[in-house]
Amino acid sequence: MVTQGVPDRDQELAAMRVLVDEVLEVAATGGADAAEVSASMHSGLSATVRLGEVETLEHHRDRGVAVTVFIGRSRGHATSADLQADSIRRCVSRALDIARFTQEDRCNGLADPGRLATHFPDLDLWHPRAMNPEEAIQRALACESAGLEDARVTNSEGASVSAHVGAAVYGNSHGFRGESSGTRYDQSCVLVAGQGGGMQRDYWYDSRRAFEDLEAVELTGRKAAERAVRRLESRKIATCEVPVLFAPEVARSLVGHFVGAVSGRALYQNASFLKDTLGERLFPGWLSIRELPFLPRGPGSTAFDAEGVATRERDLIDHGVLTGYVLASYAARRLGLETTGNAGGIHNLRVRGDVQAQADLIRQMGRGLLVTEVMGQGVNLITGDYSRGACGFWIEDGAISHPVEEVTVAGNLRDMFATIQALGDDLDQRGAIQSGSLLIGRMTVAGA
Amino acid sequence: MSSDRLKIAEQQLLAPGGLDQNDLSRVLAHLMGASVDAGDLYFQNSAREVWALEDGLVRTATHAVEQGVGIRAISGEKTGFAYADEILMPALLQASSAARAIARRGQEGAVAAWRRQETQPLYEAGDPLESLAAGDKVDLLRQIDTYARSLDPRVSQVLVNLAATHDTILVAAADGALAADVRPLVRLSVTVIAEQAGRREQGSDGGGGRFGYGELMRDNAWQRFADEAVRQALVNLEADNAPAGSMPVVLGPGWPGVLLHEAVGHGLEGDFNRKGTSAFTGRIGEQVAAPGVTVVDDGTLPDRRGSLTVDDEGTPTGRTVLIENGILRAYMQDKLNARLMNMEPTGNGRRESFAHLPMPRMTNTFMMPGAYDPAEIIASVRKGLYAVNFAGGQVDITSGRFVFSASEAYLIEDGKVTRPVRGATLIGNGPEAMTRVSMVGSDLQLDGGIGVCGKDGQSVPVGVGQPTLKLDELTVGGTRA
Repeated sequence: MVTQGVPDRDQELAAMRVLVDEVLEVAATGGADAAEVSASMHSGLSATVRLGEVETLEHHRDRGVAVTVFIGRSRGHATSADLQADSIRRCVSRALDIARFTQEDRCNGLADPGRLATHFPDLDLWHPRAMNPEEAIQRALACESAGLEDARVTNSEGASVSAHVGAAVYGNSHGFRGESSGTRYDQSCVLVAGQGGGMQRDYWYDSRRAFEDLEAVELTGRKAAERAVRRLESRKIATCEVPVLFAPEVARSLVGHFVGAVSGRALYQNASFLKDTLGERLFPGWLSIRELPFLPRGPGSTAFDAEGVATRERDLIDHGVLTGYVLASYAARRLGLETTGNAGGIHNLRVRGDVQAQADLIRQMGRGLLVTEVMGQGVNLITGDYSRGACGFWIEDGAISHPVEEVTVAGNLRDMFATIQALGDDLDQRGAIQSGSLLIGRMTVAGA
Repeated sequence: MSSDRLKIAEQQLLAPGGLDQNDLSRVLAHLMGASVDAGDLYFQNSAREVWALEDGLVRTATHAVEQGVGIRAISGEKTGFAYADEILMPALLQASSAARAIARRGQEGAVAAWRRQETQPLYEAGDPLESLAAGDKVDLLRQIDTYARSLDPRVSQVLVNLAATHDTILVAAADGALAADVRPLVRLSVTVIAEQAGRREQGSDGGGGRFGYGELMRDNAWQRFADEAVRQALVNLEADNAPAGSMPVVLGPGWPGVLLHEAVGHGLEGDFNRKGTSAFTGRIGEQVAAPGVTVVDDGTLPDRRGSLTVDDEGTPTGRTVLIENGILRAYMQDKLNARLMNMEPTGNGRRESFAHLPMPRMTNTFMMPGAYDPAEIIASVRKGLYAVNFAGGQVDITSGRFVFSASEAYLIEDGKVTRPVRGATLIGNGPEAMTRVSMVGSDLQLDGGIGVCGKDGQSVPVGVGQPTLKLDELTVGGTRA
């Protein structure tokens, strides 16, 4: 068996530092007034098993370089996955060619030098562990077989185990250089319960920076089984207006829509229902949403953003009030504001407030819908209209009554945010956006 | 001619690393251990560009290049996969060792003599990125912006995206299959936001296919996209909240075929059916849709976005009748699933890139026309929804549940299309919905050429289409209960 060794991080970073310097030099020589470069590598191993047999074993190894150049206030961008010297030169010249044709925009340019990161704390993101294919396969088998123990589980779409390492160097012509590296371990299982027209499928997964932080692999399999089985005998319900409780794994998508609507591009394009709402109360007064870029082992932790700008811990929502947008330099200049260090996105976001157990939230809502999956693209960030397919459970007399499928939940995000009634203590920490269950006062549920 | 494609691909992909067909045989022999049943090498070079306009300015564009080789070894149902971003012998042998580790080690295996796939190409080989000068691309985008804004004073924002991809691929398999393809693809999309009394709504349209940028300029084709995007945005400014509940739904022709793609297409892909996880598993020969419903996947339509001369396993694409007059006839297959199910490959083995494994995917999937005049179909509905444009859809193939979101829809009242509604999401069960198709129109249209299909994290370009059709009952998820 071939063993997947862990690449030597120092050696990889050193090679990328050299590459970044070279690209910046080629850009300057070629006529760029300013330039920025990101070089990255990623390597990984992933094993998938199905019904006790190995299905795939995949080895991943990717490298890439992305260069942005400015000629005056014109911008060009090019990427290459081929790092040979002449390919790199071609990549830079492509970016320069583009910048010679695109139009001047006074807001184009590198981040302001004063905003670049100067402090690079260890965020505890690097936890290398050699994983060979045999171990990955054994773990995937253990995951799936734990799920298949439940007799009501009739089929499997498989269990997967994977390990990844990545490293990147970012540099720009202000002289800034930043390095990052991290590891990630994933495990997932997808199971089917029931037969024929009554089949139901569900899944579970875990994803962590450090291998030892993963839940037991058998637990992932058992949760997938439990989730598929509890959907059996799902039915539609009659159209109604009721409180809706979003489980944490879907609640975070609501927070994602909020982030989309307060992000620079949507704001300056006048394409957001939250345009010009800075300082307004959008959420109830007991709820805050905090960005945590320095979260140890956090999925989105980083000391600097994709432009080298220092990240900082801050509230986006402070006791219900919108206190900041999500901006990179270009959008900030367009809006007459300062960058918030969010080039490349958000760096861990967590919903905070008074929390209660999900069971208490179910008792509190009395009658309504618990949503555990949403489907489809029915979110319009221009108007805030929200209408998505949903599956979950009907709540009657403060307890789960039966599984529900083929319904939609609809409302307007602005109203939904304002009428959040409660937050669960069941924080989902697997992604960069983290929330507990969210109880929304009233939504339209469309069914039979 | 395809032999010319093979020459182009060898020149671009193999020659720079000093490789030839004998080296491919050597790598395949190395890959094929005693218990490896099948194996292939997939070489790819891909160049892509996107030019974007917003707020009247072409403020940026991007160019991307990727090159590499994906190596796959198959033993029974097991697949070992590795790839390299250097097309050089040592990298190929290293990736081959990693891929074949899936099977027990053995002697070097048998590799069949090359069988070149001689298929008439469905599109030109020229590089679409070079089909228009950079300055002219910028001018085109600005012209579209000016034109869209001139159509109505309420247009407040215009976003235009112009993109092209030029892909060269070469597939060499241990069973002797040797094929190459050079694939151009262009896409132009126009999105506008219109504003009236503080209310903002959007409309979008676009098109493209496997040709150069010239086709988008022919007869000012781009004007139609702008006209359509503006029209939709203005309609949406007048729209009321959509109704909620179960009702008859009439779908317009063309792009609404995305329902078909979600409701039945994915469920008829070979992998789900081999695994028995599709709602259509084991139902070939059964009535799965209403009589009159015939659904086809056709990868051979010249110049279409979803078309391929050969698929990513080197199999020529074909026209597969999936459902014929309501009866399930066939699944879409790649080589692996076809072999395991004792069926023939249908030319549906596709992959996002050399760094991804192939799997059964759709090409251009559409419903054949029926006998009804579209006007007659609308007139038959007393109270229902007429949905003509969609933002996209999603399906759970196991339960058959699908969802899709209308971006332009109207109420039908007493047989007439009346008011526009916004925010309508349609939800249903694929197999069930197909049995509720009661009228199929005579007006088959394919979409304009903008569809992207995602499966297991891999995106590929596809086409959809259908005539006007009526579903007797579907759940509409609006806010007005």
